[in-house]
Amino acid sequence: MITFEQVSKSFGTKENEIKAVQDVSLEINKGEIFGVIGFSGAGKSTLLRLVNLLEQPTSGKIIVNDQQVNQLSQKELRKLRSRIGMIFQSFNLFSSRTVYGNIAYPLKLAGWTKNKIDERVKELLRFVALEDKADKYPENLSGGQKQRVGIARALATSPDILICDEATSALDPETTDEILSLLRRVNKEYSITIMLITHEMHVIKSICNRVAVMENGKVIEEGQVFDLFTKPQKKTTKNFIRSVLNDQLSYHLYEKLKKEQRGRMFRIIFKEGVSNEPILSRTCKRYEVDFNIIYGNINELQERLFGSLIVEFIGEEKEVQRVIEELAEIVELKEMIEYES
Amino acid sequence: MKVEWNTFWPRILEATGETITMVLFTLIFASMIGLAIGLLLFVTRKGNILENRIVFLSLNLLINIIRPIPFIIFLVAVSPLTRLFMGTTIGTAAAVLPMTIAASFAVARVVENNLVSIDPGIIEAAQAMGASPLQIIFGVLIPEALGPLILGITFITVGLIDFSAMAGTVGGGGLGDLAMTYGYQRFDTSVMIVTVVILILLVQVAQFIGNFLSRLFLRR
Repeated sequence: MITFEQVSKSFGTKENEIKAVQDVSLEINKGEIFGVIGFSGAGKSTLLRLVNLLEQPTSGKIIVNDQQVNQLSQKELRKLRSRIGMIFQSFNLFSSRTVYGNIAYPLKLAGWTKNKIDERVKELLRFVALEDKADKYPENLSGGQKQRVGIARALATSPDILICDEATSALDPETTDEILSLLRRVNKEYSITIMLITHEMHVIKSICNRVAVMENGKVIEEGQVFDLFTKPQKKTTKNFIRSVLNDQLSYHLYEKLKKEQRGRMFRIIFKEGVSNEPILSRTCKRYEVDFNIIYGNINELQERLFGSLIVEFIGEEKEVQRVIEELAEIVELKEMIEYES
Repeated sequence: MKVEWNTFWPRILEATGETITMVLFTLIFASMIGLAIGLLLFVTRKGNILENRIVFLSLNLLINIIRPIPFIIFLVAVSPLTRLFMGTTIGTAAAVLPMTIAASFAVARVVENNLVSIDPGIIEAAQAMGASPLQIIFGVLIPEALGPLILGITFITVGLIDFSAMAGTVGGGGLGDLAMTYGYQRFDTSVMIVTVVILILLVQVAQFIGNFLSRLFLRR
């Protein structure tokens, strides 16, 4: 659906060149929600703007719907843009138009008749649950309502692709979740491919199928969200994951626990499929070993469970060893001998 | 010297009509021309939808050359042009030409300033929808800036009433002319007071209409 082939984009003069995007190759498939995460300045916003050519690439190819966008004429480009909806962090609604007028605008551009526009706008207002706000101006709406208008406006011309530029970054957590579930509905009900950029791992965790991590203009890691969460490779990725899944004890608490320790301390890492079996109690019971759950964090991700527990095993040394060996066959175990940061 | 009030009032009425005519016609022409120049200036700016360095710099330079010239000097300076287009340099109609030229550049700056204050994100959103530059100009830029734009043009209208008084002194007629010939040259304070009061009233009315209209369009 969207393909980046060795795309680079630089700003500024030759002497003072800023490489915003460097040699990025990505493939975004039809029907998926693809997230790009990175800190501010990582180049993700520029990358997103390359899709509808709000930014011209310095080199490389961008292919959307089998068309190479950076070779289109102005007219062809405008036509392509009407097939790509876009929503923004600051909503960018027309302050001089009502909610109705905002949603109708792209349809007017597309030359729809008044009756057809009316029908479509009303349908979209229903979809985003803002029927009662049709005649209000954006200044009278809350942030979440503004973004819902933004989404309705972006969907007006029934695009195949929706690109989201930090669409939830200006919203509070509750409203963020409301917008995210709306985006999930957009993806499911209208089968629209979504590419979003964010600096919040929560967004990726909630709705994305696949994700790319960007740093200094480069994609440093890419894959299924579940794989990335369970097997992150790069430090930046690990930091992002830690921002939503805090499975680290503080150093202070770790030292305290070590002092009071009665048995051996392990981190048990659960991955898909094993989290719903009572393996811990079953194994421990068999060897008369006590276990004490010190800290735990099990999460749902893409309708699968994963996470880890920090467990202390207390009992005869030999028996504990047996328990460990047996558990190791089913789940991943890591003895906590020193503080892991 | 005593004023003959029975001939004075019709003259006042006539002069007020002339002033309003000069201001209104200038306002109409200068708003259109100024809007066009201001829009051109804005869209050809660096990074904007029709970026064009040459057009931007030459327009910018032109405005900066015309604007600082005191109007009374400008009036005399463009008189050959006025004679060429209007056939004469005297009278209300002839005054409209220099007034329009001077006011157009002032309007252009006001337009440009108001357009610059539009959130660039809104323009980007329209571009992302596939709007053409012309569609952006008429469908986004003008409606978004309309409220403050009307206030800016109101400000210029008040300036035009001042311009018209000056144009009056070089034969344009109007209240300015009346105030000069009767009030100043013939030392008649009462004429001076009447004309000044009428000028103040005109400014009040213009400002009132401007405020009313801008409130109608101001949505921020």
